[in-house]
Amino acid sequence: MTALLEVTNLSKRFGGLQAVQDLSLTVNAGEIVGLIGPNGAGKSTVFNLINGVYPPDTGQVIFTGHDITGKQPHIVARHGLARAHQIVQPLTRLTVLENCTVGACFGRENLPLAQAHDVAREAASTVGLGDRLGALAGTLTTGGKKKLELARALAARPLLLLLDEVLAGLNPTETEGMIEIVRKIQQSGVAILMIEHIMRAIMSLSDRIVVLNVGRWLAEGSPQQVASDPEVITAYLGDTALINNLEERA
Amino acid sequence: MRRPFFWLIALITILLAVVPYVTDDVQLRESLLLACVYIILASNLNLMIGYAGYVNFGNIVFFGLGGYICIYLVDTLHVHIVIAVLVAGIAVSALALLFGLGILRLRGAFFALATIGVNEAIKQLVANFEPWGGATGIYLSLDAYGQLGGPMQALWTTYLLIVLLTAASLFLSFFIKNSKFGLGLIAIGQNEDAAAVLGVPTAHYKAIAYSISAFLPAMAGGLYFFKSGIIEPGGAFNLSLSIEAIVMVMLGGQGTVIGPAVGAFVYEEIRGLLLTSETFSHFQLVIAGALLLLIVLFVPGGLIGYVHRRWPKTRRWLE
Repeated sequence: MTALLEVTNLSKRFGGLQAVQDLSLTVNAGEIVGLIGPNGAGKSTVFNLINGVYPPDTGQVIFTGHDITGKQPHIVARHGLARAHQIVQPLTRLTVLENCTVGACFGRENLPLAQAHDVAREAASTVGLGDRLGALAGTLTTGGKKKLELARALAARPLLLLLDEVLAGLNPTETEGMIEIVRKIQQSGVAILMIEHIMRAIMSLSDRIVVLNVGRWLAEGSPQQVASDPEVITAYLGDTALINNLEERA
Repeated sequence: MRRPFFWLIALITILLAVVPYVTDDVQLRESLLLACVYIILASNLNLMIGYAGYVNFGNIVFFGLGGYICIYLVDTLHVHIVIAVLVAGIAVSALALLFGLGILRLRGAFFALATIGVNEAIKQLVANFEPWGGATGIYLSLDAYGQLGGPMQALWTTYLLIVLLTAASLFLSFFIKNSKFGLGLIAIGQNEDAAAVLGVPTAHYKAIAYSISAFLPAMAGGLYFFKSGIIEPGGAFNLSLSIEAIVMVMLGGQGTVIGPAVGAFVYEEIRGLLLTSETFSHFQLVIAGALLLLIVLFVPGGLIGYVHRRWPKTRRWLE
């Protein structure tokens, strides 16, 4: 099987900070891949490099067989790669429906306005915003804005969704709901690459997990493999042997 | 066409065209002509400010340059005014597209400053351009109006042509707002980075909007200075009129179709009162500045924005 998204040897430096170094990863069609790592590991930067917000210093991004390395975000979006942001970016003075229509109009299918409205309505109801179509995006709650972010990305009818912490800031009920929504999206055939800090969620959703630490690939495997990898535990919690040592001495 | 708003614009146009003609009131015609010019300036400026979210401080450059091209064609080459106006519109639009691709890389205050720079640079260029009369400008001889059947008839014809451009401005705003292009522009105005990630080709859309917003004001400039019979750099590239146009857009309600037109009309009326009043005749710009400050602070949505907020149902038909 050829991969949907194939990232090879990606690097990006910001001044003195090597944000991402020599990172390779793949996402296959229909798969959910989790991207985890401690704060500052460079996860969001990886997303920015994939969808063209920044051009990478080195490396290559191949999506559906096309080289999209360093292409501008709107061109990447046209290829069928949509993104939901960590910090929500609603178009506040537009309604929920209009927000989703932007996604549908300028997404993979490049739809005319009338058809885009239908697709937008469908996307909004998928995430449970079907009854808030006429509400201004600025008036939604945090949970609502997160859902809108997702609906807008979905309205683009993407082949791959980049989800950047869509669960952050939600209450437990909303989190459960959102997990269900993400599952539903996967079942409709969309592949997902997601960054998440809520371990329970990412462990249950992901088919495969890639762990990043200070910009480098650290580990990869099924959720169970990754959770029991000593290097991953060290990255998250510090050196356990050292801690035990210190405790003994104290 | 089934939208009531479409017919509202048509009605306004017919009233503008017919009322001064039927009453044969020359003073009313002159006052409405100025109001129409303001509506054209404000409506097209709104495409940039209200839709795309870019404050074009130097918007008057389109008006002035259009005027110069048109007057030059009529005066020196004896081209028919209608053709001269069309040529002016197309030429200025094309030039705006070129400039737009360059200066629209800037955002916020930097873009605003760059637009002032464009206006001032072109003003200096024209002031030193001898074929266009340099600093003294161009005077049209009365013979130039012969093509429209003499000066009196020419005044009525130019008025009707300006009403036509006013209608075109309103319909243009209306159709853009209800199009995919307009949705993309408004998305840019709300959050340019998010719009790009959603797939809006931001650079092209902004440049095209800038170019479109130059077309009708350039034609209006052609007609306005043809009617005046004189054009000189100070009057053509008058930066304070540029700023007054921004006040009109904000006063009426940026981002709406009818708002800038309402703002322009109200502003023209206020301005008329101030200019004729003994006490305030020199305070026109002071008042405009104070008005802008109050709007930005207290009614950022302008008159129409206020109406929309107060009576949400009006959103449906008053666009």
